[in-house]
Amino acid sequence: MNGFFDIPSDLQYGYFGLIGLHLREALLPVLAGLLVALPVAQLCVRFRWLYAPVFGVTTVLYAVPSLAFFVLLIDYTGMTETTVMIPLAVYSLVVLVPAIVDGVRSVPPETLAAATAMGLGPVRRYLQVQLPIAVPAIIAGLRVAAVSSISLVSIGMLIGNQGALGNLLNDAQIYHRPPLAVNSVLTTAVLGILVDAALVLVRALLTPWMPRKGVTR
Amino acid sequence: MNVFDFAHAFFGDGAHWHGQDGIPTRFGEHILYSLEAVGIAAAIGLPVGLVTGHHGRGGNALASIATAARALPTFGLLVLMFTWLGFGLLPVMIPLVALAVPPILVTSYEAVRSVDPPPVDAARGMGMPEARILLQVELPVALPLILSGLRTAAIQVVSTATIAAYVSFGGLGRYIIDGLAQRDYEKVVGGATLVVGMALATLGVFWAVSRIAVSPGVRRSG
Amino acid sequence: MIRIDAVTKRYPDGTVAVDRLSLDIPDRAITVLVGPSGCGKTTTLRMINRMVEPTEGSILLDGQDIRRQPVNTLRRSMGYVIQNAGLFQHRTIVDNIATVPRLLGWGKQKARARAAELMERVGLDTSLAKRYPYQLSGGQQQRVGVARALAADPPVLLMDEPFSAVDPVVRKGLQDELLRIQNELGKTIVFVTHDIDEAIKLGTTVAVLRTGGRLAQFAPPAELLSAPADPFVEDFLGADRGIRRLSFFSSAGLELQSGPVVPLDADAERLASGGPAPYRLVTDADGRPLGWGAPDELTAGRIDRDRLLPYGRPFLPGTDSLRTALDGAVLSPSGWAVAVDGEGRAVGVVSQQAIGEAIRAAHTEDRQDAKAVR
Repeated sequence: MNGFFDIPSDLQYGYFGLIGLHLREALLPVLAGLLVALPVAQLCVRFRWLYAPVFGVTTVLYAVPSLAFFVLLIDYTGMTETTVMIPLAVYSLVVLVPAIVDGVRSVPPETLAAATAMGLGPVRRYLQVQLPIAVPAIIAGLRVAAVSSISLVSIGMLIGNQGALGNLLNDAQIYHRPPLAVNSVLTTAVLGILVDAALVLVRALLTPWMPRKGVTR
Repeated sequence: MNVFDFAHAFFGDGAHWHGQDGIPTRFGEHILYSLEAVGIAAAIGLPVGLVTGHHGRGGNALASIATAARALPTFGLLVLMFTWLGFGLLPVMIPLVALAVPPILVTSYEAVRSVDPPPVDAARGMGMPEARILLQVELPVALPLILSGLRTAAIQVVSTATIAAYVSFGGLGRYIIDGLAQRDYEKVVGGATLVVGMALATLGVFWAVSRIAVSPGVRRSG
Repeated sequence: MIRIDAVTKRYPDGTVAVDRLSLDIPDRAITVLVGPSGCGKTTTLRMINRMVEPTEGSILLDGQDIRRQPVNTLRRSMGYVIQNAGLFQHRTIVDNIATVPRLLGWGKQKARARAAELMERVGLDTSLAKRYPYQLSGGQQQRVGVARALAADPPVLLMDEPFSAVDPVVRKGLQDELLRIQNELGKTIVFVTHDIDEAIKLGTTVAVLRTGGRLAQFAPPAELLSAPADPFVEDFLGADRGIRRLSFFSSAGLELQSGPVVPLDADAERLASGGPAPYRLVTDADGRPLGWGAPDELTAGRIDRDRLLPYGRPFLPGTDSLRTALDGAVLSPSGWAVAVDGEGRAVGVVSQQAIGEAIRAAHTEDRQDAKAVR
């Protein structure tokens, strides 16, 4: 473990500092993605014809490799954190829109009909009936988005060392200290697993109405 | 000079179309790595996902494995493998396959699970052997979802193979990595454009495969 | 014959789906398993083709325990029709039907030819052969399901609520088709339903099962209606048992009166000679009924067609049951039922009283037969 936690000073952060930076760089985009995905998904549910083109656009965007995306943005946002966070937000959006739409669509039509008959307008129906029932599907999407995000941030290292824990990989090369690379991989992996577990916990808290037994979704 | 100018300059330069560092070579290398990685991942993930989905047990175990595999940062893994195993195909393949297996595994499992039960019941009642039920009744119906899982895996592999260039590997990433190092933005943008093109081409291939392989009876009734 | 011998199905959590059931299912007839939910009827059916294995007891097919042969051989020798058809959505209709023949090793051409043959037999237009299931209506899909089950010409047909998922009009058509097909093919059919009327209509014998998987009564429908074994069966049969039972009595023996049947151009003498009851059934030149003439409307030589009362539903004596005849009499404004021949020409009328007497006579005969048997 010699040198494992010994972070070179050129990175300007200690171990926990790097973790914090990494989480921020990974999860803020996911949050941004969620905030954009919610209204977009609602529009797609409301106007069914929208879903196909939206899905097409998001599929294409998802296909753009992260590095290429970062590169194409350098011209506009420079070699900064932002350059890394924008593509991550887009990727989160791509995962979340279908997840939310599927979740909302899984609300039984009878439930929705009852809500309408009780006088709930479209926005209230969305917020009070459809979204809550869609929570499991949304959280499933969030898990994928968050874990992928955490993994992708490391690539930011190639763009002027904006990769938080990924930067350790570069240092591992320059300073010939392989343990730093191991650190990077393990810490990032553990972060991913912890965030995933946290989201599962959130789901359990938000859906007391769901049966606990073996839900594979 | 903006993005388009860079791209134009890159593709305009004749030298870029020949030799070891030429576009055709790099393109070919990239396709090769991607196909290999997706192929291996499919060989692992498809059978396991399909059989587990058919029997219905082990879904939770599968989901846990997938989450753990996804949590491994691909780039970090790449560098680590290179550090431990040195230069070669294996250190690149391991992270790529690790990246591609989860979507294939989980999606094929879910695809088979979501097949409508009555036709499967009817098939069993007709005396169809289990293996045949999986291949002839469940698989054709689950195909659209399975293809989408394969597509996701392919896209991610193409994207990550770009980064393989960091550990001195070939492929289209070479342009981006070298270009960043040499501050040759023509190369960087050119490379990025090529990679995007390849990703879009992958989408196109899957779209075409889906049109050919998926039965019209499944496509419409979905 | 299929012998179900003291079969029990108990699940690990303790629920008993079928409880010591013993039943002999005769060949070449339709045996219906009917009962409320949880009575084990579907479980029993599925034990015949080993989709479910009994916890105790055994099932014998023509004397041999079904567990003796490989399970898929057994299944391929039985047709299996389920609710919602369970068609393979990714295959065309003709390939769906050809499934079992192909499983048995038939060549593609032969299997498809057989499939086309079956499509006609179940009443499907062969132009639908190359279509996909999603393009067919519910009723059509069910027919494909039946055709698929018949494809390899199995001696036994297992049907699990096959017509429950379609609307009543389509259901009636499918039931009639099944009876027709059975007439032509003579299969051993085991049919599961929760609808007692369907059971009575289709079953040669009906097994009524109660919740918990026990047999309540196993008898032909007429016997079920006239002599339910216990309050549960009686309750399950529902109301109007007596009237429904009348469908099993033929109207053949009814004495028809032709007196009251008069043509449109009847004269006063003809009108008067029709009998003491005031109403007359007025017919056209071909003898087809036009309607009942109320007494004060009948003026000799000038009977007004438009003032005639509707004659309700006529019945065919001999073919139709006493129930149909009685229904006709009840619907008629005169209280008399109209009997017609195959071409629709009136052959006579019969009063509610006469029908009532015929019913009583039929019951007496029935009881005497029952006594003789004992």
